[in-house]
Amino acid sequence: MRLVRALLLAALIAPAAAPATAETLLVTLSTDKIGISSNFTGGDIVVFGAVQRDEGAGEGLERRYDIVVTVRGPRGATTVREKRALGPMWVNRAARKFIATPAYAAVLSNRPIPYIAPDAELRQRYALGLEYQAPPPSDPSRMWEPEEVQFRSALVRLREKQKLFLEEPDGVKFLSPTVFRATARIPGGAPLGLYGVDVALFSGGVPIARTLTPFAVQKSGSEAFIANEARRRPLQYGLATVAIALFFGWLASVIFRRD
Amino acid sequence: MEVYLPIAEMPVNVFVILGLGAAVGFISGLFGVGGGFLLTPMLIFLGLPSPVVVASQAPQIAGSSLTGALAYWRKKALDVKLGTVLIVGGLIGTQLGVMFFNAMRESGQLDIVIVLSYITLLGLVGGLMLAESLRAVARTRSGAPPPRRTVGRHRWYEGLPFKMRFHRSGLYVSIIPLLVISCGIGFAGAVLGIGGGFILVPALIYIFRVPANVVVGTSLFQILCTMIAATLLHATSSHAVDAVLATVLLIGSVFGAQFGARAGANIRGEHFRLLLALMILAVALRFAYDVLNKPEELFTATLTETAR
Repeated sequence: MRLVRALLLAALIAPAAAPATAETLLVTLSTDKIGISSNFTGGDIVVFGAVQRDEGAGEGLERRYDIVVTVRGPRGATTVREKRALGPMWVNRAARKFIATPAYAAVLSNRPIPYIAPDAELRQRYALGLEYQAPPPSDPSRMWEPEEVQFRSALVRLREKQKLFLEEPDGVKFLSPTVFRATARIPGGAPLGLYGVDVALFSGGVPIARTLTPFAVQKSGSEAFIANEARRRPLQYGLATVAIALFFGWLASVIFRRD
Repeated sequence: MEVYLPIAEMPVNVFVILGLGAAVGFISGLFGVGGGFLLTPMLIFLGLPSPVVVASQAPQIAGSSLTGALAYWRKKALDVKLGTVLIVGGLIGTQLGVMFFNAMRESGQLDIVIVLSYITLLGLVGGLMLAESLRAVARTRSGAPPPRRTVGRHRWYEGLPFKMRFHRSGLYVSIIPLLVISCGIGFAGAVLGIGGGFILVPALIYIFRVPANVVVGTSLFQILCTMIAATLLHATSSHAVDAVLATVLLIGSVFGAQFGARAGANIRGEHFRLLLALMILAVALRFAYDVLNKPEELFTATLTETAR
């Protein structure tokens, strides 16, 4: 299922990349699995990459490369609600549901994205930048309506505060003109599931290659066990929780007994 | 020391949770109430998801009320028959409450429901208790004897059918009002993550005139059973019970409760009720302030479904 989804995603973005030139992008990750155990407070995913030029093609041409690395978490529907005055009270009134929005997004680049891709439409198509992570409205002309903009910027602002959305215009470091490295921080509260590292290679404002590499964030050890039991055998899990609670309650009454 | 909560899916500082449990346990030991009405809002303010907070309170309250119930059981200050009638009502209310909880969670209005219910409930109970305890304090100051119940006079709800005799409490009343009240408390418990002791204790004292020495034990017994049911219902329907969170809270609160109980032995009855009333009102005001003031951040974002 996960593999199918990853392949679908890869198929979706592949035609957009349309490499007209002879560069290929090689990307590898520091790990393909981040395990969450009881002391998990966050982890790093390190992206290594190299731009490989074909022999013969474009020889002698010194091109300056730009890299945008976007790490995206599992997609889900996210509802942004706005509190409005209802009489004297402030209550959730307006809402905008964003479908298929990544629950985590880190956009890392070697320089500010508007310099890398000056064309705004291109940035939107490639989802370069936090403001493009939530899919555009079904009617694309509404993208810049004030209310839509408010909800979109609220989503980015709230997720940034939780450190689930982050943008680093200097997050990609070139170790040589063709070899680069980027590090994205996955915070402790990050959602679990299949993540994808989307690396886009630009030169002179034009996209020339793109890759997608998956990795997983999953619970390990006792955390995985507890969470799985809670889902798979909820009644037994509930009974065990009650038993633990009652045991501590009973223990306290024995320890502190005063007669 | 950070610990990762497997159901809340976020790391928390274990000492903050232990300390919070101990502080609330102290208050609950002091006043003989569960303290859920303080713990729920505090955990939500810490940033834990409110469904997980409410659902994980249930086993925590069950554990801490067992400690108290056992102590009263040894002193024979527990009316099992009265407790059983209250449990029947409590179970019905809990089931309804869990269903309501899940429906509100889907519609995105759970937070405002929790906040408004807290304001109403705490404001009402706190206000009534404040008025009563101020009168009691004034009475002891002036030296007048407390008003006595006139023998043979009955209130209307005591004359309803299905009367039952409760020997230990010295009570002969209709079980209908008992069931109605415990059902309401069970409902509130499932939706708000409270045991309901702070409603049940005054209700039993003021409405049914159950003798003070069996009230707390019986109420703890009822809360113990309804919270076990609430844990199981939340675990099977909303999957939001975090065993790790509940255990850490419980360890903190059982210790706090012991110190609270010792401190409580030195406070006089009327002053004690006055203090509790003021604390309940303070929590209600805090909530009211939140809804009535324009919040700094008007927006909230919730992940409603994820593909795993």
